[in-house]
Amino acid sequence: MEFLLKFPFRWNIDMDAIDEAVRGFSVRHAAFFDVIKVGLREFVSLLQTILGWVPWWLLILLAALAGWKISGSKKIGLLYGAMLFFIGLIGYWDLMNITLSIVLASVVISLLLGLPLGILISGNEKANTIARPILDTMQTMPVFVYLIPAVMFFSLGNAPAVIATTIYAIVPVIRLTSHAIRQVDPEVIEAAKAFGSTKSQTLWKVQIPQALPTIMAGVNQTLMMAMSMVVTCSMIGARGLGNEVLIAVNRSEISRGIFSGTAVVIIAILMDRLTQGWVKNDGVKQS
Amino acid sequence: MSETIIHVENVCKYYGINKNAAVKMLNEGVEKDIIYKKTGVAVALHNVSFDVKKGEIFTIIGLSGSGKSTMIRCLNLLHRPTSGKILFKGKDISEYDKPELLDFRRHKITMVFQNFGLMSHRDVLGNVAYGLEIRGVPKAERDKKAMEMIEMVGLSGWEHQPISSLSGGMRQRVGIARALANEPEILLMDEPFSALDPLVRQDMQFELLALQRKLGITVVFITHDINEAFKLGDTVAIMRDGKVIQIDTPENMSANPTDDYVRAFIESADKSKVFRVSQVMEIPTCMMRLHDGISHALNEMKRNGVSSIYVVGDHMKLEGIITLDGLLKIRQENRPLKEIIVKDIPTTTRDTLISDVLPLAAEAKYPIAVVDDQGVLEGIVTKAAVLTSLL
Ligand SMILES: Nc1ncnc2c1ncn2[C@@H]1O[C@H](COP(=O)(O)OP(=O)(O)O)[C@@H](O)[C@H]1O
Ligand SMILES: [Mg+2]
Repeated sequence: MEFLLKFPFRWNIDMDAIDEAVRGFSVRHAAFFDVIKVGLREFVSLLQTILGWVPWWLLILLAALAGWKISGSKKIGLLYGAMLFFIGLIGYWDLMNITLSIVLASVVISLLLGLPLGILISGNEKANTIARPILDTMQTMPVFVYLIPAVMFFSLGNAPAVIATTIYAIVPVIRLTSHAIRQVDPEVIEAAKAFGSTKSQTLWKVQIPQALPTIMAGVNQTLMMAMSMVVTCSMIGARGLGNEVLIAVNRSEISRGIFSGTAVVIIAILMDRLTQGWVKNDGVKQS
Repeated sequence: MSETIIHVENVCKYYGINKNAAVKMLNEGVEKDIIYKKTGVAVALHNVSFDVKKGEIFTIIGLSGSGKSTMIRCLNLLHRPTSGKILFKGKDISEYDKPELLDFRRHKITMVFQNFGLMSHRDVLGNVAYGLEIRGVPKAERDKKAMEMIEMVGLSGWEHQPISSLSGGMRQRVGIARALANEPEILLMDEPFSALDPLVRQDMQFELLALQRKLGITVVFITHDINEAFKLGDTVAIMRDGKVIQIDTPENMSANPTDDYVRAFIESADKSKVFRVSQVMEIPTCMMRLHDGISHALNEMKRNGVSSIYVVGDHMKLEGIITLDGLLKIRQENRPLKEIIVKDIPTTTRDTLISDVLPLAAEAKYPIAVVDDQGVLEGIVTKAAVLTSLL
């Protein structure tokens, strides 16, 4: 009876061996991973330097103007400016720049890899069948799992943070790019072909422009998912606002937690609204 | 008009794996629905043959699913036939290599779509210029050409509007302008007016005819509306279940339908849109020349039992009409005949559809004169003849 009530089998996986193998791999190819690590770290600090050059008042002004232009309401523009001002006021301006540079680095890499991949998958049935389960897995895997290999291969700091964030955030841009290109009105594509477009003319002059609003929605989601990794990545040594939240949690400092958390939320909201507005304003362009 | 521009010979198109079994069943005369159930092969076209002559409007009509769209897409190789031959000016288009095919589509044959197939990310001008853009025409030149086309279809002033701001009829005008901008020899139109409401559709049909006559372009036009097919078509092909069952002029087809299916189709047509003036006109019996004099005119009217008479000049050129009332008036006053000629009278031409003279006939006080483009009187159409032709 015991047999029916309790799962009777057990596969004795030698987890240590697997870990050992992966660790061995990372050690053997340490040079390779080091190059990537240094590259990523430099990329993040480059972005950070650039953000550092932008005076605080200019960034606030830009946010306000963009908010005004996109929403058509001066009040909203003012609100966006005020929200950013608040981050400076509570002393998180520099931490915000660090966080932004990690997020932006991850998003740039996600787009550089994700857009071409999405285009490739959209036009190739085989690639699509292979990619779909991989993307599903990437999306449903608990994010913490990504931290382990990121740390193993790239140790601690901003580099593994960018890697983990990219793996997590790249999925929507691939998915939505591919989906967007596939759902372009078939008659419009027929029209493009009927007028003698080559494959690449059809892709660049018709499919991608027609798909652009949905592709931009994917970019927006990627950005949001990258933002959502900020705190998680602080556990593997990413600095910035996420780290501030982590410290607050560890030390049970409620006020610090609330303020740093609010700053993260403000940045997320601003980036979301501004990129969404960009999608909507991206209407008809002339030939 | 007589030169063949497209020759279609035994074209078949099957969708599915087990094509051989399907062909065998087809040859045994099995229905296509049964073939689909047994073999999973959809027969879209089976042994379709026809010739399109240069400069004509060739209409293809059939119910939904009869293979019309598949057929027209074989003509520019958007679909490749499973078997059979399609010759453009004597050359087999399936033998074109890639550059030749692109060239064929860019210069010889363009297409207008049922749901317009316009690119919403481009404005009107950008859509119309698309065909020229992809073949590398410089921007200034293609925009100039596109503007001409936009003007030709009556959309001047709309060139920078987004497609979303246009009505259905205007969108299809853009579709037509885009297709004509390439100066093709053949225009393919797959149910171009089916998505439009009836009044707009009539306007568009009329304008298409005018454009086609002006440009002398060859048109392959698909419709499921028999009236539209007969109104526009110089030649009409009827399709059923992937086969062409009759090809003829509208007049011949309505006079001699091949079988009951065609007959049923034609009976659903409004006859006024099939018959033309030439089929109901009569030879004018009551006529006079200007110098014939009053008494001759009165005698002619009396002899024919009518109250008006046509006045013709040299070479039977129509001058106008003289009525009995007018004659009686000037007989007493002794004035010249010239004064009472009514010049402003309704006229029509031999090729006009009965439906188009109906309103004229209903209003007219006298029979309608049929004249050619030189103004020569060829015949007359009475109200009675128009109305009886519809019975
Ligand atoms: N891609 C396809 N796969 C399978 N069957 C098809 C495909 N395209 C068309 N068919 C079949 O071919 C037939 C003709 O379709 P179509 O040419 O669109 O007809 P129409 O334009 O006259 O309505 C239909 O019965 C349809 O089901
Ligand atoms: Mg169709």
